[in-house]
Amino acid sequence: MHATYLLILLACVVGTAPLEIVLHTRVYARWPRLVVTLVPVVLIFGGWDELAIHQGTWDYARRYLLGVYLPGRLPLEELLFFLVIPTCAVLTLEAVRARRPEWLA
Amino acid sequence: MNYTLLAALGVLLAVLVDTVLLRTFLLRRKGFWAAYVIVLFFQLVVNGLLTGLPVVRYDRDRIIGLRIVYAPVEDLLFGFAMVTITLATWVWLGRRDAPATNRAGR
Repeated sequence: MHATYLLILLACVVGTAPLEIVLHTRVYARWPRLVVTLVPVVLIFGGWDELAIHQGTWDYARRYLLGVYLPGRLPLEELLFFLVIPTCAVLTLEAVRARRPEWLA
Repeated sequence: MNYTLLAALGVLLAVLVDTVLLRTFLLRRKGFWAAYVIVLFFQLVVNGLLTGLPVVRYDRDRIIGLRIVYAPVEDLLFGFAMVTITLATWVWLGRRDAPATNRAGR
């Protein structure tokens, strides 16, 4: 199914969304800080991804992709990966902070 | 350069970002490791799907060959580097907003 990879990422977004509501992680609420956080991550790891595609280290099965590509042959889903997964990580850190503030003091 | 070496360099970069560049010292905090263990569990699930279906296919000559839940062990290093740099940046930005506090950036 061409939407497979996209649906996996969507499950990550939906699965972590309750943290924002139940534990008041305030990650999406502080979206400008989140956006600035994601910039170096997308540049470093998106760049790494493009290098790996170019060198043939890995490739993506077309049957699981929408078929939309960015310059450098990066599938759209891969760009979304570098937005979704780091956001999930920040939500997790803030969820830990909400329950155990002394662990990050 | 193969994926194994690049992934190891990624971990080194992440450690340098946390300890030297941003001086967030998340790697010393229990809260970081608690969050990382949770992320790692879900990474094994998501990465297992992506590499097991497989959505992503690897050149066997560029990985060391050890796999955990279908994913090359290098993916765990890549993930650690990405999560650490992300969280260090997030915390650093929080500190800049509140320079009076010495805490791990609210």
